Amino acid sequence: MKVVNKLHPSVDGKGIMMGRPAYTDDLTEANSLIVKVLRSPHAFAKIIKIDTSRAKALEGVEIVLTHHDFKRIPFTRAGQGYPEPSPHDKFVLDEYVRYVGDEVACVAAVDEKTALRALEMIDVTYEVLTPVLDFEKAKGNPSIIHPEPEIHEMFPIGFDPKNNVAASYEMNVGTIQEAMDKAEVVVEEVFYTQACAHAMMEPHTVNARIDVMNRLVLYSATQTPFHVRRILSQTLEFPLSRIRVIKPRVGGGFGGKQALHGEMFVSAVTIKTGKPSKMVFTRNEVFESTYTRHPMRITMKLGSMKDGTLKAIDCHILSDTGAYGEHALTVFMVAGSKVLPLYNKVDAVRFHGHVVYTNHVSAGAFRGYGAIQGNYALESTVDILCGKLGMDPIIFREKNMMKENETSPIFEIMGEGTAGTAMNMDSCKLEFCVKRGMELIGWKETYPRKQVSEHKVKAVGMAIAMQGSGIPYIDMGAATIKLNDDGFYNLLVGATEIGQGSDTVLAQIAAEGLETTLDKVIVYSSDSDLTPFDPGAYASSTTYVSGNAVLKAANEMKRQLIQEASHVFECTPEEVEYDGETFLHPEKNQKITLKQLSNRLYYNHGQKQLMVTESYVGTKSPPPFMAGFAEIEVDLETGEVDLTHYVSVVDCGVPLNPKLAQGQVEGGIVQGVGMTLYEGVHYSTKGVLATNDFLTYTIPTRDEIKRLTTEFAESYEASGPFGAKSVGEIGIDTPPAAISNAIYNAVGARITKLPITPEAILRAIRTGGTS
Amino acid sequence: MNMKQYFQAASLQEAYLKMIESSGNSIIGGGVWMKLSTKKLDAAIGLELLALDTIEETTDSYEIGSMVTLRQIETHPDLKKLSSGILSKAAGKIMGVPFRNLATIGGSIMGKFAFSDLLAPLLVMDVALVFYKAGTMPLSEFLDQRKMNPDVLIKIIVPKTESHGYFHKVSTTALDFATLNLAIASGSDGIKMAIGARPSIAVRAWKAENFINRQLKPTDADIEQAIMIACEELKFGSNNKASADYRKTLAKAYLKRGLKEVMYGED
Amino acid sequence: MKINFVLNGLPKTWVIAPGEMFLDTLRNHHITSVKRGCDSTSCGVCTILLDGKPVPSCALLSIRVDGHVITTVEGIASEVEKIANHFGEEGADQCGFCNPSMALTVYALKMENKHATDEEIKAYLMGNLCRCTGYIAQHKAIHKYLGDES
Repeated sequence: MKVVNKLHPSVDGKGIMMGRPAYTDDLTEANSLIVKVLRSPHAFAKIIKIDTSRAKALEGVEIVLTHHDFKRIPFTRAGQGYPEPSPHDKFVLDEYVRYVGDEVACVAAVDEKTALRALEMIDVTYEVLTPVLDFEKAKGNPSIIHPEPEIHEMFPIGFDPKNNVAASYEMNVGTIQEAMDKAEVVVEEVFYTQACAHAMMEPHTVNARIDVMNRLVLYSATQTPFHVRRILSQTLEFPLSRIRVIKPRVGGGFGGKQALHGEMFVSAVTIKTGKPSKMVFTRNEVFESTYTRHPMRITMKLGSMKDGTLKAIDCHILSDTGAYGEHALTVFMVAGSKVLPLYNKVDAVRFHGHVVYTNHVSAGAFRGYGAIQGNYALESTVDILCGKLGMDPIIFREKNMMKENETSPIFEIMGEGTAGTAMNMDSCKLEFCVKRGMELIGWKETYPRKQVSEHKVKAVGMAIAMQGSGIPYIDMGAATIKLNDDGFYNLLVGATEIGQGSDTVLAQIAAEGLETTLDKVIVYSSDSDLTPFDPGAYASSTTYVSGNAVLKAANEMKRQLIQEASHVFECTPEEVEYDGETFLHPEKNQKITLKQLSNRLYYNHGQKQLMVTESYVGTKSPPPFMAGFAEIEVDLETGEVDLTHYVSVVDCGVPLNPKLAQGQVEGGIVQGVGMTLYEGVHYSTKGVLATNDFLTYTIPTRDEIKRLTTEFAESYEASGPFGAKSVGEIGIDTPPAAISNAIYNAVGARITKLPITPEAILRAIRTGGTS
Repeated sequence: MNMKQYFQAASLQEAYLKMIESSGNSIIGGGVWMKLSTKKLDAAIGLELLALDTIEETTDSYEIGSMVTLRQIETHPDLKKLSSGILSKAAGKIMGVPFRNLATIGGSIMGKFAFSDLLAPLLVMDVALVFYKAGTMPLSEFLDQRKMNPDVLIKIIVPKTESHGYFHKVSTTALDFATLNLAIASGSDGIKMAIGARPSIAVRAWKAENFINRQLKPTDADIEQAIMIACEELKFGSNNKASADYRKTLAKAYLKRGLKEVMYGED
Repeated sequence: MKINFVLNGLPKTWVIAPGEMFLDTLRNHHITSVKRGCDSTSCGVCTILLDGKPVPSCALLSIRVDGHVITTVEGIASEVEKIANHFGEEGADQCGFCNPSMALTVYALKMENKHATDEEIKAYLMGNLCRCTGYIAQHKAIHKYLGDES
């Protein structure tokens, strides 16, 4: 392979670093109205009266909108395929506010100062209601967060808002009670994970204008431009054909931009006023009023024989989706579907639970998407089981874990919101990942622990993980390749570059398929008018789904090129030889370069525009796998933990751009480490988010990340473009369990709540157990 | 920042007079901390014309102008050695380099921030503050005052000393506010200890100091005793970061390590 | 009020309001390479050089720029291109939002201490957050840039 599986700097990195305008807020219309949103000070309240007359009278205020100004059409803000698995439980503006920071009204004014002043002049009378702030008390709580009659699910997801339930799910493989009864050793533990923030460096932002064709054109920092377009059309009842959504460069998403944020407001303002408008979220608003990870309580029960054969997995999850149900069911399901198959040879599995509403910040998509929470619980409980069995945790995993060519019945049962797709693990290098990871961390030298000084203990812990590659039979990606004169190509993809390198990797796939060089493939992405459809950057689907579409398009383009050359040579296509640059008919001694052919096709003879569009829908979702190993040092007197080394060995099929793939893994690892050790989330008793800026929400800094070692297994997934699977999410899944297991190995303290704090470790050491 | 006017003082007197003109007038150091508050100022007073941004050496002290940045303190060759460089070390742990290029020691002190990492080292280095109207006063006296008349901080006097110092900051991540911070200095005039971010503001552990300084040759048991006294006399509180109990545990562990380090040169 | 200063080698006279912060002033003048990432002076993406030293432009009062020299990436383009090449080679370029501010800080580091050790690189860049890369690839790239005498 000439272009893929090779290092290429990203196609846009240099331009970005050199400061070219690239991001949404760099591309606003001059004189845009500034849109600001009045936000609820109450966790749960009804707007009895809202008087905007003073605000409207303020000079420089163009428009003020309240729930009176919008038709009551419930929708979901979640960026997912239609019909969405998320309940339609949101109105653009409603008479209820459901979390501190929820939208009350919106103002558009000539400048920020005036807009903020106008917010202060909106008079609201609230009937303050009793909020539900404990997700373990949400189900059946007398305080009903969503009493509206119009809201609904799009298909059965167990939506029961009268009981504050957004979704419910249960699945069974075999008979769990029977299998658990037969098990000789049973362990059970309860785990809690927190509502982490994505903390991407670019705050959410969007701007809108009416263009010369009288169409609404948005630039939005979004992961799902096509879903945004559809949801805007349906909810504002504005013709889909008159909306264009463009995604420019995005400063990080990780799932936090996989749902609408300000698009409704700038669209409504621009449609009603005819004037361009923009909205930039403050960092406080990003924390308080966009999305978080779903906090969960996970009860994990494992049943095994004394010889270490795992027989039964019983997993119950209670998930908190906050004020609205974006991604409620699907994140919940992934906590099972992309975790439990790791131990595929059990007799029975039960996975069940519900997702409840609370008056917290709305939870949504976040890298890992349930898998990191589920992995923490499963891989911690596996180590607990090994302790009870007296069995080495590596040997236990090697005995029970998924291997190449095996399968799990869970794949067929669990999809994303609906039934799944059966598949064999055509590529699964977990065994290698575990063995190689052990070498790289020095497992044998350290496991379980070593005293390194008077008050410091060093230890190692590990976890295995899997994820997916796209959503089979649901998500379709497409690509268009256009031939230009001079012999270069435009690659048009809907696929959404948000910093993960998709423009670069998809260009590499195209270049490899076309047998040309990367500089001859010019990528343009994510414009709902100019690029073909793509669901967007989520579910680790870009390389596998969008990439397969690109490869199909490249292959078809090559076929058409050879056809054209055969016209030139007056022969059959089979007689043409092509090396990506020159077409050759050896016997007739004829040749023509791509450059010459492309010019001829534009200007001289048999003129035509060669342009190919191909689509791809996955028929399976081949999981990437990894083994994560943590080496830590624990201070026995203070409980403080230093993460001295984290090893990742990943099977993502063929890494199409090894350095960018490594960046995906390491970026994920550090986010996972943040969730494990550093990112505490605190609410006040009144439901005010206390950790709402970078001073209080502490993501890992350079100092915390001492050493990362990342390697890829030799692997090849035949169904993927040039053997690739995916790598966008897998990196985040292992740190909670790996580090938690290491801490147990260090000091015998099992921490079952994230983040793991030094105080919790000390408390567990002192009480001799679990904290 | 919310202000009606920006006033560049041409002299200390001008700055002082502008300050007392209205309670809505305030001196701005680097402005980095002030920016975080929603306070609406009438006049913000800048001292950049007054050459208060230098560190001068005298025979027995270093005089740090109130507009000296944290970065200057962090990198000053002499301060990096004074009392084992604890002041430079503490300054260097505050946020990042760009932040420290703007933040001033004057702003940090006048803000009386409970989370401040500078106050504990400044206390054990027995620094004095020099004000325009109030004259010279020890830092501890300034911190003890509940309310002070508006004044302009001119400089901080740091006595020269041969003492050994220890500074430690406990925090979740390197950029986080301290869960606890503490400083110790040990020299010819005895041992001094200060603990800050308890979460309340840094204070000297006077009783513990009295105790240990009365021992001719303090033993390990004396150190334990001194630590116990310190944890008794100082109040620790609970918040989202940590419980009072845990802060006490941290104080014990790091006081012990620090005292051993400054007294026996242990690391 | 008016401020007179030098921006990337060219003299400028800009009208500003008393409490205006320089980040807003820059972006209002279409210097889009300087970004806003937070409201608490804690992320670093707004970093610019003031007389060659990195400062957070979100906390820099525009009035205080009067008489000083400001550098953004547009002013040191060939150095930034070098840094970008090293970042590209290490796969350290992801979303890019922190990259212009990073380039300025890295350049300032090279001017201050071109023999910085890896620990010193980390310490100097501590205030420049990144959520995408996990930092390691950036440090490799910066290490190479510091040693790049081309």
